[in-house]
This record gives sequence, structure tokens and C-alpha cells, in this order.
Amino acid sequence: MLKIENLTVSVSGKDVLSDINLEIKNGQRMALLGPNGSGKTSLLMAILGFSNYQIKKGDIIFKGKRINDLSIDERARLGIGLMFQRPPTVRGIRLRQMVDLIKQDGFDTEIQAESLHLSDFLNREVNLGFSGGEIKRCELLQLMASSPSLSLFDEPESGVDLENIALVGKMMDEMLKKRKENTALIITHTGYIFDYVKPDTGCILVGGKLHCIGDPRRILKTVKKHGYEWCITCAGEKLSHSSHSPGK
Amino acid sequence: MVYNMRRGKIKPQLAQSRKINIRSYKVKAKEKAYLEDLNKVSADQKKNMLSAGVDPSQKARSGTYVQMDHSVVHANSLYPGLEVMSITEALKRHEWLDNYFWKAVALGADSFTKQAHLRPHHGYFLRALPGVKATYPLQACLFINEDNIIQNVHNIIIAEEGSDLQIITGCATASDVRRGLHIGISEFYVKKGAKLTFTMIHNWADEVEVRPRSAAQVEAGGVFLSNYICLKPVKSLQMYPKAELIGRGATARFNSILFAHPGSHLDVGSRVILKAEDSRAEIIARTVSAGGDIIARGHLRGEVKGIKAHLECRGLMVAEKGHIHAIPELEATVDGVDMSHEAAVGKIARDEIEYLMSRGLSEGEAQAAIVRGFLDTSIMGLPEALQKEVDQTISSCEKDVF
Repeated sequence: MLKIENLTVSVSGKDVLSDINLEIKNGQRMALLGPNGSGKTSLLMAILGFSNYQIKKGDIIFKGKRINDLSIDERARLGIGLMFQRPPTVRGIRLRQMVDLIKQDGFDTEIQAESLHLSDFLNREVNLGFSGGEIKRCELLQLMASSPSLSLFDEPESGVDLENIALVGKMMDEMLKKRKENTALIITHTGYIFDYVKPDTGCILVGGKLHCIGDPRRILKTVKKHGYEWCITCAGEKLSHSSHSPGK
Repeated sequence: MVYNMRRGKIKPQLAQSRKINIRSYKVKAKEKAYLEDLNKVSADQKKNMLSAGVDPSQKARSGTYVQMDHSVVHANSLYPGLEVMSITEALKRHEWLDNYFWKAVALGADSFTKQAHLRPHHGYFLRALPGVKATYPLQACLFINEDNIIQNVHNIIIAEEGSDLQIITGCATASDVRRGLHIGISEFYVKKGAKLTFTMIHNWADEVEVRPRSAAQVEAGGVFLSNYICLKPVKSLQMYPKAELIGRGATARFNSILFAHPGSHLDVGSRVILKAEDSRAEIIARTVSAGGDIIARGHLRGEVKGIKAHLECRGLMVAEKGHIHAIPELEATVDGVDMSHEAAVGKIARDEIEYLMSRGLSEGEAQAAIVRGFLDTSIMGLPEALQKEVDQTISSCEKDVF
């Protein structure tokens, strides 16, 4: 589904990602872990092609096609969707209009909004005065409407209470299960979302470098025990190793 | 920039109205026949009327006034208690109307008011009798059908005590008209406890110059709601309508939605003079420059304690060229007034455009969606049915604009 090769990305002249190699297979769910400022969001933004994120070298290959030079909307129309962590407020555009603009055939705005407890928000301007949980649900509604084959989730549980995590997690899982090919890359700090959306694999980004790929639960456990800094100690190891406990 | 010695402030060159050579326009136009059945207007005229919110079929209307060039083509009321006629006819029928003539607008204000006085070409008289509340709005259309003419109209609108009068007024030109001058004097009288909702849509041509001169007087408990929409090209438009709140608890709201195409020069403001206790005012302007010039003025003047007023002006630049100059003014002559303003001019935020693009909209679609949202008419506080009508009109205009 997605293959990233030797990708180096800079923002305002400063490298935020260097030499990233990553592959997510069709239908796979990958967790992306890492401390604040490690480049996780930058990776998602670069995959979609946001203008602040300059590719200095490397390739992004989606469904076998190099997409480096495609615009954001072209990438979106190929089937990449993003749940923003902090989306901008769009004054003047109501959530209903937004969903109507982007939805795929057969998407029932009313029913899906109801299922995300967003019925009262359809007539509100997108993200204007929304709480943390409301923003996540609003983002998810838009993602469901556009029905991407690769969904990028940027911290779906940040700033959200437990009840909302359950709702958002359940709906994410439902959305991903709709088609076999549906693939996900999920940024998380806490891993709470794993209770609802079970990842197949995980990786860690520290200092703009991808350090490990392996069982996400084990990675998370290790991180909780030893901290992210520990990851750097195995920076020299090959990315493809499957297990992650120190000393092994 | 020019330093204005008298006012003692720096005044950009743009903030000046363009001069018009009145004599360059034809003062005579062919007389047009009165139409009993408005559906008999030509297909082209109908199309241009519709895009200014005027529906010749009169569906969902309480009455209609249509003037083409210098001729009254249609005037009728479909609702008891609403009067619709030409001002010429009204002056004959109502002796008292003299007392309303040049009362809100000063005759000697400028060369345009004088021109309208010296060479009048009708105009409309719309009135709701006391307590009358019609479901559907009245519509009035001032149409320029002949190229290169001057059209001087004088309109008087009266909402008598306790009435609720809604008006859609559309100004348009025939498709083959390029040049013209429209001078429109409008005087509004909102009596005690009455409500007047006046929505004006302009649909002029590239080389038409427009000089409306409007003023309203609002009595105790009265509400004057004035909406103005101009999305089509026009050579130059300059107006600064004023509302005087003369009775306790009177309210005025002005909403303007302006779109300046390359070559268009729009100098538009709204002014409210709060002269009575507990009076309220709000001025909201949304302006978009796609290469044209906009001066968005606003002026609130509080003359008694306890008044409350707010002015908001937001401008959006959507092209490399163009000019938006927001000039909000607040003035108080006593203490104990509550007046505020906010103004913001800028371009569409890149992150908003990219956000919409990440959902699959092209850059152009994203920009159009944001501009449409910016020009949202729900700020106008219109009755639901009227809101729908106005939205339909705007979306038909938008198809040409974006």
C-alpha cells in the first residue's frame, strides 16, 4: 500500500525526518510511536504533501505509484486520508457542507453523524469552538465520508476523555474493517487506542529517525519501562528486527 | 499616500470617490409599455432580474414594482394593506407624502441628489399600513435596458406602526448594456414598533456607475434591517447609507457582502447615528477583492447614554492584485456609550486551503468553498423563506463569479 524509501524531509530548512524507510502492506495497521517533536506528525504531513514539508530526497510510493510530485488533493483522491491532531478552524463552512463536499456515494451524513454523536454539530462551522473530543469525532466523520484506503491517524486519543476514546476507537475499527484493503498508520503516545484498533506492527521515531519496527505492544511496554531514549541506543541495529526487549 | 492637513491624518489615495461626468450620459430613454403580465418580459430581462432576486412570476411575493429605464413597467400589490406604486403616483395619491420627501436624505447633499431632484425618473413607493404583516416579501426592480443612459430614481419606503415589511430589491441591466449611471435616492421610515427588512442585490454591468443615496429614520422600538449584496462587476459604486435611531429602543443592522472584480471600484459604508436611549446598532461587512478596489467604511455615532453598537469588517484578498481599505469609525458625544469595532483584512490562510485539499478538493475548489463560506448570508438574520431566496440568488451569481 505505502512504501517510503530513504525519505528526508525538511521544514523551513531544517531536517525533521532523515532517511526514513518504511513499508505498510495492504490491510496492515501500523502504530507509530515516539516522543513529542520526534517527527511523527511531519511524516504524516509529508505523506500527504503539505507545503511546509519539503522532500529533500527519497520517494513516497503509494499503490505502486511515486507520489512525491502530486498535490495534496491528488494524493487524497488516490485514497490517502488524514485525521488531523489539531485541524484549523474553517470559518463559514459548516460541517454538513464539508461532509457533503467530500463524501463518497452512499455515505449517509445524518446516520453517521448520529453514530459519532455529532448531529448537533452538522450546522456548526468546522472546528469552531469544538472541544478536543469533538474535534476527533469531527475529523473521523470526514475521514469516514471520504473513505480512504490508507488512513493516517494523528494521535486519535490526545485531549480526549475515556468515553470518547472508546467511541472514536470503536468507529475507527469499524471503518477500517469495511474493506479488506483498508490500511492504517496510527500515531499514539499512550497506546490506549490499541484496546479498540489492534495494530499489527509498530515503529518508533526519535529525532526524525526511524529506529525500530516490531510488535507495537512490546515496543510500548519497553518504552514505558525504559523511555524513548533507550531506542537511540539501538539506532545502529537493522530496522527489520522483530523483537524489542533490551538484552535480547 | 496623501497627508490631509485639515483632518490631520494620512489618507491613502484610494479612499476617495471616483468622479463621474454626469453629462456624458443620455438623459432621455425610450418609453417602455406597461405590462399587466410581468411574465411577458423578455427571456434575457427575466434572467437578469432573477439574478438580482426579482422573480417576474411573483411566486412567493406580496407585490412587485418594476421600472425599466425611465418607465414604470409594472406596479401592483397582492396583499391587503401593502401599497406598491411609483413615487409619481404616490405623490398624487397621498398629499402628506411631501413631508417625507427629502426628509431623511438632504436634497443638497451632493451633485447626485441634486440631479435626482432636477431630472426625476420615478422610483418606487412601498408602504405597509399599521399592523400589517405579510408572509411574503415585496419585490422591486430598477432595470437599465438601454445603453449609456442615466437613471434617477427616488424611492420612499414606509413601515407604519407595528407593521412588518420585507422587501427584496434588485437592480440589474440588460445583457447588452455596458455603460450607464444609476442614481437612487431611498428614504426609509420605520415607525413605532415596526420592522423593515430591506435586502438589496445589485447585478450591474462592467461599465455602470452607481450612486445610491439612502437614509433611514427609525422610531421607538422599530427595527431597520438593511442587507446589501454586490457580487457582480460594476465600474464604480459609492454609497454610505445612514440610519438615524430617533426613538427609544430603536435598532438598526447593516450587513454588506461585497465582491470586487478586477476593474471594479466599490466604496461602500454604513453609518448609524444613535440618538435615542437604549438604541442598538450593528454593522457587518464582508468584503472580497479578486483584483478590484474596496473601501469598506463604517461609522457609529453615539449621542446618548446607554446605547450599544458594534461594527465588524472582515476583508479577504483572493488575488495578487486588488485593494481593500477598511475604515471603521466610532464616535461618542457623551459618556456611558458602549461601542466597539473589529476589522481584519487578509488572505485565505494556507492551512485552511490545504486542510480542504487533504479531503480531496482541488486548490480552486477549496478557495471557492472558503470564499463562499466567508460570504455567508446567515449573518443577515433573514426570515427563513427570504434566506432561501437570497441564498439561491447568490449561488446563481457565484456560478459566474468563481
